[in-house]
Amino acid sequence: MMRRIWGLMYRHLALYRRSWPRLVELCYWPVLQMCIWGFTASFLASRTGNSLALAGATLLGGVLLWEITLRSQMGLSISFMEEMWSRNLGHVFVSPLRPFEMIAALIGMSIIRTFLGVLPAILLAWAFYAFNLFALGPVLILFFVNLMIMGWAVALGVVSLILRHGAGAEPLAWGVLFGLAPFSAVFYPVSVLPKFLQPFSLALPSAHVFEGMRSALVHGIIRWDHLAAAFALNIVWIAAAAVLFARQFHHARVSGALISIGE
Amino acid sequence: MQAIQVEGLTKRYGDVLAVDNITFTADTGDTIGLLGGNGAGKTTTIAMLLGLLVPTSGRITVLGHDMGKDRFAALSRMNFSSPYVALPHRLTVRENLEVYGHLYSVPKLERRIQVLIAELDLGAFINRPAGQLSAGQKTRVALAKALINHPEVLLLDEPTASLDPDTADMVRSWLERYRDESGCTILLASHNMAEVERLCSHVLMLKQGRIVDRGSPDDLLLRYGRKDLEDVFLDIARDRRQAAEVAA
Repeated sequence: MMRRIWGLMYRHLALYRRSWPRLVELCYWPVLQMCIWGFTASFLASRTGNSLALAGATLLGGVLLWEITLRSQMGLSISFMEEMWSRNLGHVFVSPLRPFEMIAALIGMSIIRTFLGVLPAILLAWAFYAFNLFALGPVLILFFVNLMIMGWAVALGVVSLILRHGAGAEPLAWGVLFGLAPFSAVFYPVSVLPKFLQPFSLALPSAHVFEGMRSALVHGIIRWDHLAAAFALNIVWIAAAAVLFARQFHHARVSGALISIGE
Repeated sequence: MQAIQVEGLTKRYGDVLAVDNITFTADTGDTIGLLGGNGAGKTTTIAMLLGLLVPTSGRITVLGHDMGKDRFAALSRMNFSSPYVALPHRLTVRENLEVYGHLYSVPKLERRIQVLIAELDLGAFINRPAGQLSAGQKTRVALAKALINHPEVLLLDEPTASLDPDTADMVRSWLERYRDESGCTILLASHNMAEVERLCSHVLMLKQGRIVDRGSPDDLLLRYGRKDLEDVFLDIARDRRQAAEVAA
Protein backbone atom coordinates (compact mmCIF):
# COMPACT_ATOMS: atom_id res chain seq x y z
CA MET A 1 0.00 0.00 0.00
CA MET A 2 2.72 2.48 0.98
CA ARG A 3 4.56 1.78 -2.25
CA ARG A 4 1.51 2.56 -4.36
CA ILE A 5 0.94 5.78 -2.42
CA TRP A 6 4.59 6.68 -2.92
CA GLY A 7 4.27 5.84 -6.63
CA LEU A 8 1.64 8.50 -7.17
CA MET A 9 3.48 11.01 -4.99
CA TYR A 10 6.67 10.33 -6.92
CA ARG A 11 4.83 11.12 -10.16
CA HIS A 12 4.08 14.63 -8.82
CA LEU A 13 7.44 15.16 -7.15
CA ALA A 14 9.19 14.26 -10.41
CA LEU A 15 7.13 16.96 -12.06
CA TYR A 16 8.22 19.59 -9.53
CA ARG A 17 11.83 18.47 -9.63
CA ARG A 18 12.42 20.01 -13.01
CA SER A 19 9.77 22.69 -13.25
CA TRP A 20 10.81 25.91 -11.53
CA PRO A 21 7.64 27.76 -12.61
CA ARG A 22 5.65 25.20 -10.64
CA LEU A 23 7.87 25.74 -7.60
CA VAL A 24 7.58 29.53 -7.91
CA GLU A 25 3.81 29.26 -8.25
CA LEU A 26 3.65 27.41 -4.93
CA CYS A 27 5.02 30.30 -2.90
CA TYR A 28 4.19 33.26 -5.16
CA TRP A 29 0.73 34.03 -3.82
CA PRO A 30 1.45 33.42 -0.09
CA VAL A 31 4.54 35.68 -0.31
CA LEU A 32 2.60 38.34 -2.21
CA GLN A 33 -0.18 38.25 0.38
CA MET A 34 2.37 38.54 3.15
CA CYS A 35 3.95 41.60 1.51
CA ILE A 36 0.61 43.38 1.12
CA TRP A 37 -0.68 42.61 4.61
CA GLY A 38 2.75 42.98 6.18
CA PHE A 39 3.07 46.56 4.94
CA THR A 40 -0.51 47.26 6.00
CA ALA A 41 0.25 45.99 9.51
CA SER A 42 3.47 48.03 9.64
CA PHE A 43 1.58 51.12 8.60
CA LEU A 44 -1.05 50.58 11.29
CA ALA A 45 1.61 50.01 13.93
CA SER A 46 3.54 53.15 12.95
CA ARG A 47 0.51 55.44 13.02
CA THR A 48 -1.11 54.35 16.24
CA GLY A 49 -0.51 52.64 19.52
CA ASN A 50 -0.15 49.17 20.83
CA SER A 51 -3.75 48.11 20.25
CA LEU A 52 -3.51 48.50 16.50
CA ALA A 53 -0.10 46.88 16.49
CA LEU A 54 -1.84 43.85 17.97
CA ALA A 55 -4.49 44.14 15.30
CA GLY A 56 -1.68 44.07 12.76
CA ALA A 57 -0.29 40.93 14.32
CA THR A 58 -3.66 39.18 14.18
CA LEU A 59 -3.95 40.32 10.59
CA LEU A 60 -0.64 38.70 9.69
CA GLY A 61 -1.51 35.57 11.67
CA GLY A 62 -4.82 35.41 9.83
CA VAL A 63 -3.16 35.78 6.44
CA LEU A 64 -0.61 33.06 7.14
CA LEU A 65 -3.03 30.57 8.64
CA TRP A 66 -5.63 31.15 5.93
CA GLU A 67 -2.95 30.40 3.37
CA ILE A 68 -2.48 27.04 5.10
CA THR A 69 -6.14 26.19 4.44
CA LEU A 70 -6.03 27.54 0.91
CA ARG A 71 -2.77 25.80 -0.05
CA SER A 72 -3.81 22.45 1.42
CA GLN A 73 -7.10 22.60 -0.50
CA MET A 74 -5.44 23.63 -3.74
CA GLY A 75 -2.59 21.17 -3.21
CA LEU A 76 -4.99 18.25 -3.26
CA SER A 77 -7.34 19.55 -5.97
CA ILE A 78 -4.58 20.63 -8.34
CA SER A 79 -2.65 17.37 -7.96
CA PHE A 80 -5.82 15.55 -8.99
CA MET A 81 -6.33 17.91 -11.90
CA GLU A 82 -2.71 17.41 -13.02
CA GLU A 83 -3.65 13.76 -13.59
CA MET A 84 -6.72 14.84 -15.48
CA TRP A 85 -4.89 17.39 -17.64
CA SER A 86 -2.24 14.85 -18.60
CA ARG A 87 -5.01 12.36 -19.54
CA ASN A 88 -3.40 9.90 -17.18
CA LEU A 89 -6.38 9.09 -14.95
CA GLY A 90 -7.31 6.10 -17.10
CA HIS A 91 -3.98 4.45 -16.34
CA VAL A 92 -4.14 5.39 -12.66
CA PHE A 93 -7.65 4.07 -12.15
CA VAL A 94 -6.89 0.71 -13.82
CA SER A 95 -3.79 0.21 -11.70
CA PRO A 96 -4.08 -1.55 -8.32
CA LEU A 97 -4.08 1.87 -6.61
CA ARG A 98 -7.21 1.99 -4.44
CA PRO A 99 -9.21 5.25 -4.37
CA PHE A 100 -8.31 5.81 -0.71
CA GLU A 101 -4.64 5.31 -1.58
CA MET A 102 -4.97 7.90 -4.31
CA ILE A 103 -6.48 10.33 -1.79
CA ALA A 104 -3.65 9.53 0.66
CA ALA A 105 -1.10 10.32 -2.06
CA LEU A 106 -2.87 13.56 -2.93
CA ILE A 107 -2.95 14.51 0.76
CA GLY A 108 0.78 13.77 0.94
CA MET A 109 1.32 16.11 -2.00
CA SER A 110 -0.93 18.70 -0.39
CA ILE A 111 1.23 18.67 2.77
CA ILE A 112 4.42 19.10 0.75
CA ARG A 113 2.93 21.83 -1.45
CA THR A 114 1.50 23.68 1.56
CA PHE A 115 4.78 23.82 3.44
CA LEU A 116 6.80 24.70 0.36
CA GLY A 117 4.32 27.48 -0.34
CA VAL A 118 3.69 28.92 3.11
CA LEU A 119 7.08 28.49 4.77
CA PRO A 120 8.72 31.30 2.72
CA ALA A 121 5.85 33.62 3.69
CA ILE A 122 6.22 32.70 7.36
CA LEU A 123 9.96 33.40 7.18
CA LEU A 124 9.28 36.67 5.37
CA ALA A 125 6.86 37.77 8.10
CA TRP A 126 9.49 37.00 10.69
CA ALA A 127 12.38 38.68 8.84
CA PHE A 128 10.66 41.84 7.61
CA TYR A 129 7.76 42.44 9.97
CA ALA A 130 9.11 40.84 13.16
CA PHE A 131 6.05 38.65 13.26
CA ASN A 132 6.97 35.20 14.50
CA LEU A 133 4.07 32.83 13.96
CA PHE A 134 5.98 30.12 15.81
CA ALA A 135 5.77 32.27 18.97
CA LEU A 136 2.29 30.82 19.31
CA GLY A 137 4.03 27.70 20.51
CA PRO A 138 3.11 24.05 19.99
CA VAL A 139 -0.56 24.93 19.68
CA LEU A 140 0.32 26.26 16.24
CA ILE A 141 0.68 22.66 15.08
CA LEU A 142 -2.91 22.00 16.15
CA PHE A 143 -4.05 25.10 14.25
CA PHE A 144 -2.15 23.89 11.18
CA VAL A 145 -3.60 20.38 11.41
CA ASN A 146 -7.16 21.64 11.70
CA LEU A 147 -6.88 24.07 8.83
CA MET A 148 -5.27 21.46 6.60
CA ILE A 149 -7.97 18.90 7.35
CA MET A 150 -10.60 21.48 6.45
CA GLY A 151 -8.70 22.25 3.23
CA TRP A 152 -8.69 18.53 2.33
CA ALA A 153 -12.40 18.22 3.06
CA VAL A 154 -13.16 21.12 0.71
CA ALA A 155 -10.75 19.70 -1.89
CA LEU A 156 -12.45 16.31 -1.77
CA GLY A 157 -15.72 18.13 -2.39
CA VAL A 158 -14.17 19.87 -5.41
CA VAL A 159 -12.75 16.60 -6.76
CA SER A 160 -16.17 14.99 -6.28
CA LEU A 161 -17.77 17.77 -8.30
CA ILE A 162 -15.15 17.32 -11.04
CA LEU A 163 -15.91 13.59 -11.11
CA ARG A 164 -19.59 14.42 -11.44
CA HIS A 165 -19.50 17.43 -13.76
CA GLY A 166 -16.13 17.10 -15.49
CA ALA A 167 -13.87 19.96 -16.49
CA GLY A 168 -16.68 22.48 -15.98
CA ALA A 169 -16.18 22.19 -12.23
CA GLU A 170 -12.42 22.89 -12.41
CA PRO A 171 -12.59 26.65 -11.62
CA LEU A 172 -14.03 25.76 -8.21
CA ALA A 173 -10.59 24.49 -7.25
CA TRP A 174 -9.34 28.09 -7.26
CA GLY A 175 -12.35 29.92 -5.92
CA VAL A 176 -14.43 27.76 -3.65
CA LEU A 177 -12.54 28.44 -0.43
CA PHE A 178 -12.69 32.21 -0.90
CA GLY A 179 -16.45 31.84 -0.53
CA LEU A 180 -15.91 30.52 2.98
CA ALA A 181 -13.39 33.20 3.99
CA PRO A 182 -15.95 35.82 5.10
CA PHE A 183 -17.49 33.29 7.51
CA SER A 184 -14.19 31.85 8.73
CA ALA A 185 -13.45 34.82 11.01
CA VAL A 186 -9.99 35.12 9.50
CA PHE A 187 -9.56 38.84 10.20
CA TYR A 188 -12.42 39.58 12.61
CA PRO A 189 -14.23 37.70 15.37
CA VAL A 190 -17.40 35.72 14.73
CA SER A 191 -19.29 38.21 16.89
CA VAL A 192 -18.86 40.85 14.17
CA LEU A 193 -21.06 38.84 11.82
CA PRO A 194 -24.84 39.32 11.84
CA LYS A 195 -26.52 37.02 14.35
CA PHE A 196 -28.16 34.86 11.69
CA LEU A 197 -24.78 34.12 10.08
CA GLN A 198 -22.98 33.23 13.27
CA PRO A 199 -24.24 29.60 13.50
CA PHE A 200 -23.07 29.05 9.92
CA SER A 201 -19.70 30.54 10.79
CA LEU A 202 -19.36 28.39 13.90
CA ALA A 203 -20.04 25.29 11.80
CA LEU A 204 -16.74 25.96 10.03
CA PRO A 205 -13.64 24.49 11.71
CA SER A 206 -11.65 27.47 10.47
CA ALA A 207 -13.75 29.96 12.48
CA HIS A 208 -12.78 28.15 15.70
CA VAL A 209 -9.12 28.07 14.70
CA PHE A 210 -9.04 31.81 14.03
CA GLU A 211 -10.90 32.60 17.24
CA GLY A 212 -8.29 30.48 19.00
CA MET A 213 -5.46 32.22 17.18
CA ARG A 214 -6.69 35.68 18.20
CA SER A 215 -7.09 34.57 21.79
CA ALA A 216 -3.53 33.22 21.83
CA LEU A 217 -2.05 36.28 20.12
CA VAL A 218 -3.96 38.99 21.96
CA HIS A 219 -4.57 37.50 25.40
CA GLY A 220 -2.00 34.73 25.49
CA ILE A 221 -4.79 32.28 26.32
CA ILE A 222 -5.19 29.00 24.50
CA ARG A 223 -8.86 28.32 23.89
CA TRP A 224 -9.02 24.54 24.07
CA ASP A 225 -12.79 24.69 23.66
CA HIS A 226 -12.37 26.22 20.20
CA LEU A 227 -9.69 23.71 19.27
CA ALA A 228 -11.88 20.81 20.40
CA ALA A 229 -14.78 22.22 18.37
CA ALA A 230 -12.52 22.58 15.33
CA PHE A 231 -11.39 18.95 15.60
CA ALA A 232 -14.95 17.70 16.09
CA LEU A 233 -16.23 19.69 13.13
CA ASN A 234 -13.33 18.52 11.00
CA ILE A 235 -14.19 14.90 11.71
CA VAL A 236 -17.71 15.60 10.47
CA TRP A 237 -16.47 17.58 7.44
CA ILE A 238 -13.85 15.09 6.31
CA ALA A 239 -16.21 12.14 6.85
CA ALA A 240 -18.92 13.87 4.81
CA ALA A 241 -16.39 14.72 2.08
CA ALA A 242 -15.12 11.12 2.01
CA VAL A 243 -18.67 9.79 1.64
CA LEU A 244 -19.35 12.32 -1.13
CA PHE A 245 -16.14 11.33 -2.93
CA ALA A 246 -16.91 7.60 -2.65
CA ARG A 247 -20.41 8.17 -4.04
CA GLN A 248 -19.21 10.36 -6.91
CA PHE A 249 -16.40 7.96 -7.73
CA HIS A 250 -18.90 5.11 -7.95
CA HIS A 251 -21.26 7.28 -9.98
CA ALA A 252 -18.40 8.12 -12.37
CA ARG A 253 -17.71 4.39 -12.80
CA VAL A 254 -21.40 3.82 -13.60
CA SER A 255 -21.84 6.80 -15.92
CA GLY A 256 -18.56 6.32 -17.76
CA ALA A 257 -17.23 9.69 -16.60
CA LEU A 258 -13.92 8.11 -15.59
CA ILE A 259 -13.25 7.33 -19.24
CA SER A 260 -13.95 10.82 -20.54
CA ILE A 261 -13.03 12.94 -17.52
CA GLY A 262 -11.29 16.17 -18.44
CA GLU A 263 -12.83 16.36 -21.87
CA MET B 1 -7.66 -22.66 -17.55
CA GLN B 2 -9.87 -19.67 -18.27
CA ALA B 3 -8.18 -16.33 -17.70
CA ILE B 4 -11.22 -14.24 -18.62
CA GLN B 5 -14.87 -15.16 -18.21
CA VAL B 6 -17.57 -12.76 -19.31
CA GLU B 7 -21.20 -13.71 -18.79
CA GLY B 8 -24.20 -11.73 -19.99
CA LEU B 9 -22.31 -8.45 -19.91
CA THR B 10 -24.52 -5.45 -20.59
CA LYS B 11 -23.92 -1.72 -20.40
CA ARG B 12 -26.72 0.73 -20.85
CA TYR B 13 -26.45 4.54 -20.84
CA GLY B 14 -30.05 5.71 -20.56
CA ASP B 15 -31.68 4.59 -23.79
CA VAL B 16 -28.41 3.63 -25.44
CA LEU B 17 -27.37 0.01 -25.21
CA ALA B 18 -23.59 0.17 -25.57
CA VAL B 19 -22.95 -3.51 -24.82
CA ASP B 20 -25.75 -5.99 -25.13
CA ASN B 21 -25.56 -9.24 -23.22
CA ILE B 22 -22.21 -10.53 -24.43
CA THR B 23 -20.65 -13.74 -23.21
CA PHE B 24 -17.19 -15.08 -23.96
CA THR B 25 -14.20 -16.71 -22.36
CA ALA B 26 -10.47 -16.57 -22.99
CA ASP B 27 -8.17 -19.39 -22.02
CA THR B 28 -4.72 -18.75 -20.66
CA GLY B 29 -2.39 -17.88 -23.53
CA ASP B 30 -5.21 -17.02 -25.94
CA THR B 31 -5.28 -13.83 -27.93
CA ILE B 32 -8.86 -12.75 -28.45
CA GLY B 33 -9.68 -10.07 -31.00
CA LEU B 34 -12.55 -7.67 -30.50
CA LEU B 35 -13.56 -6.48 -33.94
CA GLY B 36 -16.20 -3.99 -34.83
CA GLY B 37 -16.85 -0.56 -36.21
CA ASN B 38 -16.89 2.66 -34.27
CA GLY B 39 -19.43 2.46 -31.47
CA ALA B 40 -19.63 -1.32 -31.64
CA GLY B 41 -18.82 -1.61 -27.93
CA LYS B 42 -15.14 -2.63 -27.99
CA THR B 43 -13.80 0.12 -25.76
CA THR B 44 -16.79 -0.12 -23.42
CA THR B 45 -16.15 -3.84 -23.05
CA ILE B 46 -12.49 -3.24 -22.27
CA ALA B 47 -13.38 -0.49 -19.78
CA MET B 48 -15.69 -2.91 -17.96
CA LEU B 49 -13.01 -5.60 -17.95
CA LEU B 50 -10.65 -3.10 -16.33
CA GLY B 51 -13.17 -2.05 -13.70
CA LEU B 52 -13.22 1.48 -15.07
CA LEU B 53 -16.89 1.09 -15.85
CA VAL B 54 -19.56 -0.71 -13.84
CA PRO B 55 -21.70 -3.04 -15.97
CA THR B 56 -25.45 -2.60 -15.93
CA SER B 57 -25.67 -6.38 -15.62
CA GLY B 58 -23.55 -9.43 -16.14
CA ARG B 59 -20.44 -10.79 -14.54
CA ILE B 60 -16.73 -10.55 -15.29
CA THR B 61 -14.14 -12.87 -13.80
CA VAL B 62 -10.47 -12.24 -14.49
CA LEU B 63 -7.84 -14.70 -13.24
CA GLY B 64 -10.44 -16.14 -10.89
CA HIS B 65 -11.39 -12.78 -9.37
CA ASP B 66 -14.88 -11.35 -9.66
CA MET B 67 -14.29 -7.85 -11.02
CA GLY B 68 -17.45 -6.59 -9.32
CA LYS B 69 -16.21 -7.55 -5.87
CA ASP B 70 -12.48 -8.02 -5.94
CA ARG B 71 -11.13 -6.06 -8.88
CA PHE B 72 -7.90 -4.87 -7.24
CA ALA B 73 -6.65 -8.44 -6.80
CA ALA B 74 -7.00 -8.94 -10.56
CA LEU B 75 -5.76 -5.48 -11.55
CA SER B 76 -2.33 -6.12 -10.04
CA ARG B 77 -1.95 -9.06 -12.46
CA MET B 78 -3.33 -7.29 -15.54
CA ASN B 79 -2.34 -4.27 -17.54
CA PHE B 80 -3.61 -2.10 -20.32
CA SER B 81 -2.40 0.01 -23.20
CA SER B 82 -4.20 2.43 -25.43
CA PRO B 83 -3.01 5.29 -27.60
CA TYR B 84 -6.00 7.26 -26.31
CA VAL B 85 -4.84 7.26 -22.70
CA ALA B 86 -1.62 9.20 -22.32
CA LEU B 87 1.24 8.91 -19.90
CA PRO B 88 2.29 12.08 -18.06
CA HIS B 89 4.04 13.87 -20.88
CA ARG B 90 6.36 16.03 -18.75
CA LEU B 91 7.83 13.01 -17.01
CA THR B 92 10.69 11.20 -18.68
CA VAL B 93 10.19 7.70 -19.99
CA ARG B 94 12.19 6.33 -17.05
CA GLU B 95 10.16 8.31 -14.51
CA ASN B 96 6.94 7.06 -16.08
CA LEU B 97 8.12 3.47 -15.81
CA GLU B 98 9.22 4.07 -12.22
CA VAL B 99 5.82 5.54 -11.32
CA TYR B 100 3.94 2.57 -12.76
CA GLY B 101 6.46 0.15 -11.31
CA HIS B 102 5.60 1.52 -7.88
CA LEU B 103 1.86 1.56 -8.56
CA TYR B 104 2.06 -2.13 -9.53
CA SER B 105 4.52 -2.88 -6.69
CA VAL B 106 6.96 -4.45 -9.14
CA PRO B 107 9.83 -6.21 -7.33
CA LYS B 108 13.37 -5.38 -8.47
CA LEU B 109 11.99 -2.46 -10.44
CA GLU B 110 15.26 -1.10 -11.76
CA ARG B 111 16.15 -4.49 -13.21
CA ARG B 112 12.72 -4.81 -14.81
CA ILE B 113 13.09 -1.36 -16.38
CA GLN B 114 16.50 -2.34 -17.76
CA VAL B 115 14.98 -5.45 -19.35
CA LEU B 116 12.20 -3.41 -20.95
CA ILE B 117 14.70 -0.81 -22.18
CA ALA B 118 16.66 -3.56 -23.88
CA GLU B 119 13.72 -5.50 -25.28
CA LEU B 120 11.73 -2.54 -26.56
CA ASP B 121 14.79 -0.55 -27.56
CA LEU B 122 13.98 2.45 -25.37
CA GLY B 123 17.57 3.35 -24.55
CA ALA B 124 17.88 6.27 -26.96
CA PHE B 125 15.04 8.21 -25.35
CA ILE B 126 14.73 6.79 -21.83
CA ASN B 127 15.58 10.16 -20.24
CA ARG B 128 13.47 12.23 -22.61
CA PRO B 129 10.04 13.60 -21.55
CA ALA B 130 7.26 11.35 -22.85
CA GLY B 131 5.60 14.34 -24.52
CA GLN B 132 8.59 14.85 -26.82
CA LEU B 133 8.48 11.38 -28.37
CA SER B 134 7.28 10.36 -31.81
CA ALA B 135 4.11 8.30 -32.14
CA GLY B 136 6.13 5.12 -32.57
CA GLN B 137 8.29 5.82 -29.54
CA LYS B 138 5.19 6.64 -27.48
CA THR B 139 3.64 3.34 -28.45
CA ARG B 140 6.75 1.46 -27.35
CA VAL B 141 6.75 3.32 -24.05
CA ALA B 142 3.03 2.61 -23.56
CA LEU B 143 3.77 -1.04 -24.23
CA ALA B 144 6.65 -0.98 -21.73
CA LYS B 145 4.28 0.52 -19.15
CA ALA B 146 1.72 -2.21 -19.95
CA LEU B 147 4.35 -4.90 -19.43
CA ILE B 148 6.01 -3.43 -16.35
CA ASN B 149 4.26 -5.89 -14.01
CA HIS B 150 4.60 -9.04 -16.18
CA PRO B 151 0.83 -9.05 -16.77
CA GLU B 152 -0.97 -12.35 -17.05
CA VAL B 153 -3.82 -10.58 -18.83
CA LEU B 154 -3.11 -7.76 -21.23
CA LEU B 155 -5.85 -5.55 -22.65
CA LEU B 156 -4.88 -3.60 -25.73
CA ASP B 157 -7.06 -0.98 -27.35
CA GLU B 158 -5.82 -0.38 -30.90
CA PRO B 159 -2.17 -0.81 -29.94
CA THR B 160 -0.82 0.05 -33.38
CA ALA B 161 -3.17 2.90 -34.29
CA SER B 162 -1.30 5.75 -36.03
CA LEU B 163 1.93 3.76 -36.37
CA ASP B 164 3.87 3.38 -39.58
CA PRO B 165 3.88 -0.19 -40.99
CA ASP B 166 7.43 -0.88 -39.83
CA THR B 167 6.82 0.17 -36.22
CA ALA B 168 3.44 -1.55 -36.18
CA ASP B 169 5.09 -4.77 -37.35
CA MET B 170 7.72 -4.47 -34.64
CA VAL B 171 5.03 -4.03 -31.98
CA ARG B 172 3.10 -7.05 -33.26
CA SER B 173 6.22 -9.19 -33.28
CA TRP B 174 7.02 -8.14 -29.78
CA LEU B 175 3.49 -8.93 -28.57
CA GLU B 176 3.67 -12.37 -30.18
CA ARG B 177 6.98 -13.05 -28.50
CA TYR B 178 5.80 -11.86 -25.10
CA ARG B 179 2.62 -13.96 -25.33
CA ASP B 180 4.51 -17.08 -26.42
CA GLU B 181 7.16 -16.70 -23.71
CA SER B 182 4.90 -15.69 -20.84
CA GLY B 183 1.63 -17.46 -21.61
CA CYS B 184 -0.13 -14.12 -21.24
CA THR B 185 -3.76 -13.81 -22.30
CA ILE B 186 -4.36 -10.88 -24.61
CA LEU B 187 -7.61 -9.13 -25.45
CA LEU B 188 -7.08 -6.95 -28.46
CA ALA B 189 -9.51 -4.35 -29.78
CA SER B 190 -8.48 -3.25 -33.24
CA HIS B 191 -9.62 -1.91 -36.55
CA ASN B 192 -6.61 -3.45 -38.22
CA MET B 193 -7.73 -6.71 -39.77
CA ALA B 194 -4.27 -7.87 -40.72
CA GLU B 195 -3.20 -7.43 -37.12
CA VAL B 196 -6.14 -9.43 -35.85
CA GLU B 197 -5.54 -12.17 -38.39
CA ARG B 198 -1.91 -12.41 -37.39
CA LEU B 199 -2.23 -12.23 -33.61
CA CYS B 200 -5.60 -13.62 -32.64
CA SER B 201 -6.59 -17.21 -32.04
CA HIS B 202 -10.23 -16.24 -31.72
CA VAL B 203 -12.23 -13.27 -32.93
CA LEU B 204 -15.42 -11.72 -31.57
CA MET B 205 -17.27 -9.64 -34.15
CA LEU B 206 -19.17 -6.85 -32.42
CA LYS B 207 -21.91 -4.76 -33.87
CA GLN B 208 -24.14 -2.34 -31.97
CA GLY B 209 -22.96 -3.81 -28.71
CA ARG B 210 -23.69 -7.43 -29.57
CA ILE B 211 -21.47 -10.30 -30.59
CA VAL B 212 -22.80 -11.06 -34.06
CA ASP B 213 -20.26 -13.71 -34.92
CA ARG B 214 -17.23 -15.42 -33.49
CA GLY B 215 -14.60 -17.97 -34.35
CA SER B 216 -10.98 -18.32 -35.31
CA PRO B 217 -9.84 -16.11 -38.21
CA ASP B 218 -9.68 -19.20 -40.44
CA ASP B 219 -13.21 -20.27 -39.45
CA LEU B 220 -14.59 -16.84 -40.24
CA LEU B 221 -12.81 -16.65 -43.59
CA LEU B 222 -14.15 -20.07 -44.51
CA ARG B 223 -17.65 -19.31 -43.30
CA TYR B 224 -17.90 -16.07 -45.25
CA GLY B 225 -15.95 -17.31 -48.23
CA ARG B 226 -13.53 -14.43 -48.03
CA LYS B 227 -9.80 -14.11 -48.41
CA ASP B 228 -9.22 -11.68 -45.60
CA LEU B 229 -10.91 -10.50 -42.44
CA GLU B 230 -11.47 -7.04 -43.85
CA ASP B 231 -14.05 -8.45 -46.25
CA VAL B 232 -15.64 -10.43 -43.42
CA PHE B 233 -15.75 -7.23 -41.39
CA LEU B 234 -17.45 -5.39 -44.27
CA ASP B 235 -19.94 -8.22 -44.75
CA ILE B 236 -20.92 -7.96 -41.12
CA ALA B 237 -20.88 -4.17 -41.00
CA ARG B 238 -23.11 -4.00 -44.07
CA ASP B 239 -25.35 -6.91 -43.12
CA ARG B 240 -24.13 -9.04 -46.04
CA ARG B 241 -23.65 -12.09 -43.91
CA GLN B 242 -26.39 -14.21 -45.43
CA ALA B 243 -25.36 -13.40 -48.98
CA ALA B 244 -21.74 -14.10 -48.17
CA GLU B 245 -22.58 -17.39 -46.49
CA VAL B 246 -24.71 -18.45 -49.41
CA ALA B 247 -21.91 -17.53 -51.77
CA ALA B 248 -19.48 -19.53 -49.64
